Amino acid sequence: MQKSNRKMLFALIVFLSLFPVVVLNVGAIGHYLDVMIFVGIYSLINMGLSLLMGYAGQISLGHAAFFGLGAYTSGILCTKLSLSPWLAMPAGIFLTALVAYIVGVPSLKLKGHYLAMATLGFGVIVYIFFNEEVALTGGPSGFSDIPGLTFFGLDLNNELYYYILVWSLVVLTLVFSLNVINSRIGRALRSLHDSAVAADAMGVETSRFKLVIFVLSAAYASLAGSLYTHYVGFLSPSSFDFFLSIKLVMMVVVGGMHNIWGALLGTWLLTFLGNEWLHVFRDFDILVYGAVLLAIVMFLPEGLVDLSPKMKRLWKRS
Amino acid sequence: MDSEKFDTLLRVEDLHKSFGGVQALEGLSFTVTSGIIKAIIGPNGAGKTTLFNLISGVFPPNNGAITLEGLSIEGRKPWEIARLGVSRTFQNVEVFGRMTVLENVMVGRHIQSRAGIISTGLKLPWMRREERRIQDGAKDYLEFVGLLHKGGELAGNLPLGEQRLLEIGRALATEPRILLLDEPAGGLNTKETEGLASLIQRILERGITVILVEHDMNLVMDISDEIVVMNFGEKIAEGKPKQVKNDPVVIEAYLGEEVDYSDI
Repeated sequence: MQKSNRKMLFALIVFLSLFPVVVLNVGAIGHYLDVMIFVGIYSLINMGLSLLMGYAGQISLGHAAFFGLGAYTSGILCTKLSLSPWLAMPAGIFLTALVAYIVGVPSLKLKGHYLAMATLGFGVIVYIFFNEEVALTGGPSGFSDIPGLTFFGLDLNNELYYYILVWSLVVLTLVFSLNVINSRIGRALRSLHDSAVAADAMGVETSRFKLVIFVLSAAYASLAGSLYTHYVGFLSPSSFDFFLSIKLVMMVVVGGMHNIWGALLGTWLLTFLGNEWLHVFRDFDILVYGAVLLAIVMFLPEGLVDLSPKMKRLWKRS
Repeated sequence: MDSEKFDTLLRVEDLHKSFGGVQALEGLSFTVTSGIIKAIIGPNGAGKTTLFNLISGVFPPNNGAITLEGLSIEGRKPWEIARLGVSRTFQNVEVFGRMTVLENVMVGRHIQSRAGIISTGLKLPWMRREERRIQDGAKDYLEFVGLLHKGGELAGNLPLGEQRLLEIGRALATEPRILLLDEPAGGLNTKETEGLASLIQRILERGITVILVEHDMNLVMDISDEIVVMNFGEKIAEGKPKQVKNDPVVIEAYLGEEVDYSDI
């Protein structure tokens, strides 16, 4: 792993360790731990999206569907078949990866807007499936009583434990992703961005790697879905609609899609803005939210990860 | 030339390619014997780069055949052709500008390595060993083209001459049997061109057959074993440098263009 990544990883782990200590000792922001769990869950999806968008150069407007597939597989297997959540989780990942493969083979032949439309369509189909297959999914009203997670007798349905679980998985996934980025696969993907004809001439099988990353990103989303299910304990289709797909893409873009750290940063900022910090504006929160997005896209088109290099450049100039 | 049956590495037969109404290639045929430097020359627009794009699979021909040691390769995907042992450089340099010089050549080692997504993600021990092999191999090729000391720089920041060398190193890293060089001397100064000539000779010594598209006539006449002269998508002459140089058809095709043979 590169030195800069190691430093960042160290900083992240320090931050994650201190976060609950600080938050739980300041009464007014005690519930931040709960928000941070959701940041972790969405971060898992967005790291996959970042690999897909920033590195493989493909867009997906259907990742809420993969998130939902993981969530529903876990939910259904654990309630209807009383399967252990720890078995349901990999089952969900396997199923979602399979679906992603089947969807990916034809749709990744498309480019740009057409790929966006295809993945959007896929997301809508899955959403309709969740709504209509009442016997299986509980339909629009969803279903509840999904068991929480236990770990060798330890009940994890406690905010602190769940926070530790989710963020441990985020860090592991991050390390996995960084390893992929700094390997022959990552180099192949990056080379595509700089010159597709030259990458071709070096024997890089473009279409195969796009598919591999698409499937990997779906697997990440599925894992996130399972974690979501067992935390919330309740599922309904509205948690996995088209708007979530858009929101996820937005988080990745705001953070900076050419850098996987951007996915974490964007998820963190937009989740806290949307769920917490803008509530002081009451009915106008959505306006402020929009203004923040606009400002970031206008002044930091490369995303939040570009903030500190940009500051340095400005500093040098003045 | 009966032994040609054995030694023919690449055969191009009756190749046609048009772009809209423009006929880029009109029935081009020639063969390349293993272990030589074959130059393709001709005025601008003669179809030389189109020929390279067809051989390397950038697009398929409208008609005709390209065979590599008897194996038909026309219409195959570029990455397939690369795996069969054909590598190339580009007239308008196509280095991976935002990657380091070393990483560029490491991409060239792509087909010589195997690791998949799981083993790279988990950094399995054999994958680490392979990664080290990729890096060591890439360094060897960088050294071969004389860029080892620039390994850590971004490829996009290199001067043009070095970018051309980098492209050659990257192409060699795929371990090709045939190397297609598309105007490697373009934009190089005299000294750099001399270095290039000796580099091409050293590539040949490694047993790699070189096909060269080039405008620098001194270089072409100096190092090529055989020359194909093209004009308007057709072959107008073929032979040893001396034969071609004195061919009246060739001289006619080049009229209007200043070609100075006096100092050869």
